[in-house]
Amino acid sequence: MDKDCVIKTEHLTKEYELGVIGSGTLRRDIQSWVAKKRGQEDPNRKIGAKDYEKGERFTALSDFNVEIKRGERVGIIGPNGAGKSTFLKLLSRITGPTEGTIAYRGRIASMLEVGTGFSGELTGRENIYLNGAILGMTKAEVDAKLDEIIAFSECETFIDTPVKRYSSGMFVKLAFAVAAHLDAEILIMDEVLAVGDMKFQRKCISKMRDLAIDENRTVLYVSHNMSTIQELCDRCLVLEHGKKVFDGDVDEAIKLYLGGEKDEFLMYEYTDDTYKDSVRHHDINLTCAKYNGVTSNLFVDDAKVPVELTWTYNADVEQLGLRIEVYDYRRYPITSFVLSDIGGGSKGESRSLRLLLDVSALVQGRYYTRYIFTTKRNAVSEPETVESAAGMIFRRWLNGTGAGKWQKAWGSVRSDGVEIVRS
Amino acid sequence: MKSESITYIQAKNKLLSFNLGELLHYRDLIWLFVKRDLANSYKQTILGPIWIIINPLLSTGVFTIIFSVIAGISTDGVPPFLFYMSGNVLWGFFSANLNKGAGTFIGNARIFGKVYFPRLVMPIANMIFNFINYLMQTALYVVLVVIFALTGNSVHPNWLILLTPVLVLQTALLGMGIGLIVSSITTKYRDLNVLVGFGISLLMYITPVVYPISKAPLGLGSLLLLNPVAPIVETYRYAFLGSGAFHWVYWLVSVAVTALIVFFGLVVFHKVEKNFIDTV
Repeated sequence: MDKDCVIKTEHLTKEYELGVIGSGTLRRDIQSWVAKKRGQEDPNRKIGAKDYEKGERFTALSDFNVEIKRGERVGIIGPNGAGKSTFLKLLSRITGPTEGTIAYRGRIASMLEVGTGFSGELTGRENIYLNGAILGMTKAEVDAKLDEIIAFSECETFIDTPVKRYSSGMFVKLAFAVAAHLDAEILIMDEVLAVGDMKFQRKCISKMRDLAIDENRTVLYVSHNMSTIQELCDRCLVLEHGKKVFDGDVDEAIKLYLGGEKDEFLMYEYTDDTYKDSVRHHDINLTCAKYNGVTSNLFVDDAKVPVELTWTYNADVEQLGLRIEVYDYRRYPITSFVLSDIGGGSKGESRSLRLLLDVSALVQGRYYTRYIFTTKRNAVSEPETVESAAGMIFRRWLNGTGAGKWQKAWGSVRSDGVEIVRS
Repeated sequence: MKSESITYIQAKNKLLSFNLGELLHYRDLIWLFVKRDLANSYKQTILGPIWIIINPLLSTGVFTIIFSVIAGISTDGVPPFLFYMSGNVLWGFFSANLNKGAGTFIGNARIFGKVYFPRLVMPIANMIFNFINYLMQTALYVVLVVIFALTGNSVHPNWLILLTPVLVLQTALLGMGIGLIVSSITTKYRDLNVLVGFGISLLMYITPVVYPISKAPLGLGSLLLLNPVAPIVETYRYAFLGSGAFHWVYWLVSVAVTALIVFFGLVVFHKVEKNFIDTV
């Protein structure tokens, strides 16, 4: 292993048995085995159940090769079931690989779920020792860091109270404090920051970053929260179906993961429901969305976004409403354009609508849209969604505004409405 | 563990690759688990740790009334209360080890699923916790033995008392060894969990806890002594009370069986520990 390399995996594969693992009791396993020997049907198979044949396997992680160097802060992103947590579990030795090897240098502090080893009856202080020991610290190591841990946890006042009386936030803070002060060369975190208040989250992230930069520790971080990934990591892996599909720059990785394939489209025809949400009354069928008369989805300064939508009616509809929602790169909703009545139509009819969206308040960046059609059954009822589809992406670019170059961290909407009041 | 050492994780555990150094590194954890268990056992109880002593006293009292007073089973001239207490204390230690050992994987699945530490830490911590309980009970037992001896009862402690530390260790290892095997199998088959509960109470009746081996018919007595727990209990009682005999041949057999069970238990445990979390 290279001197600078702290984690190296080769052909790492993890398979899980699908269906019922064993049947839980020896008697049934023997029954199944006898039946198989006699060529009979397994008496323990669920009738009509769409279960997997026994012995069929699911590959959670397949042929995964990665090399991580000292001091790197690696984010791991991907959809649910992509193998992110499986990788961390293998790395932290909770379960073993089916094939392949992992080699790592030094100690690993894993924060897959902080506070697991906490015991309610023990005080905060006693739990620091217990949790530290579970994570592999000796008593002497905890002694040396005790004050630092208590200070970081912000739980000084309650440190000699049994933790069963703690609020869940305090619990997590204390647990994280222990893990963060472990003298491990490699720190693994799986969504641990999802709990705790914002202020503490910030504190944890900067602590992790400091550890990586100042003390050359290596950090592995799994999260669905892209902004924390961006804040913390300097390298990012994207996993999909147990395979590594990207390894490199964080922004690129996030773009790849969130973007999907419609990234550069100027027109999208909805031939199936891939990008649609299921709705109860599917009265409208959006067939096409496109930008009119532009050659790029980049809109500079005051340029408006010309959208054309085409749909057909599956039922007679009056008072059709349309809402175009705009999301930022993290998929946080930023704003919506709402049209409460764009007329109606009768079953089988097809219609197109051209719109101009004023996006001048949005700062530069990448934005995602969704098209949501609504109808009102009668005058007093709430609007009901009859079609919901993911739309196209547009990008914004501003040529040097008054406030200078806008930074992502300032937000997605530019506010000009401020004036100095002279007294 | 040096901070720069390289750890390799492979698909298969080698059959006998126990990492004793690693276990040693986690010795603080073992003690902390013992402390936690002690704290958890008797917090928010009125009598607290006194329960450790009340338990054997109560069950010995019941045994005395049922087996001695009602059933009239002989105790070889030894005061019945001491006779039953001797068996009770040691048997309690054995069954606690077996019980806790058997629950190692299933009982700790949650914590094992979140963080790695040598899995053997758990059964070892349990063993120490049980040993502390046992020590307190033994202290009471020794006091009773002295009182009975001084008041002129037929109680004859002898040189075999020197052997009792070995007997106690053997009891612990045997209980834990069986426990580890059961625990490893229960990760897949829960049946054994049910069996352990009444298995232990059945096993007690083929162990000379409530009767002296000398009262069994000759052939049956030898058969009973093949039960590896039997010679331990019998020798233990002989050492403190001078009743019964030291069946050293059977005892050596029992030591050999214990060694085998512990070895087999460790091997199975080691094989299962790596991936049990996928099936548990």
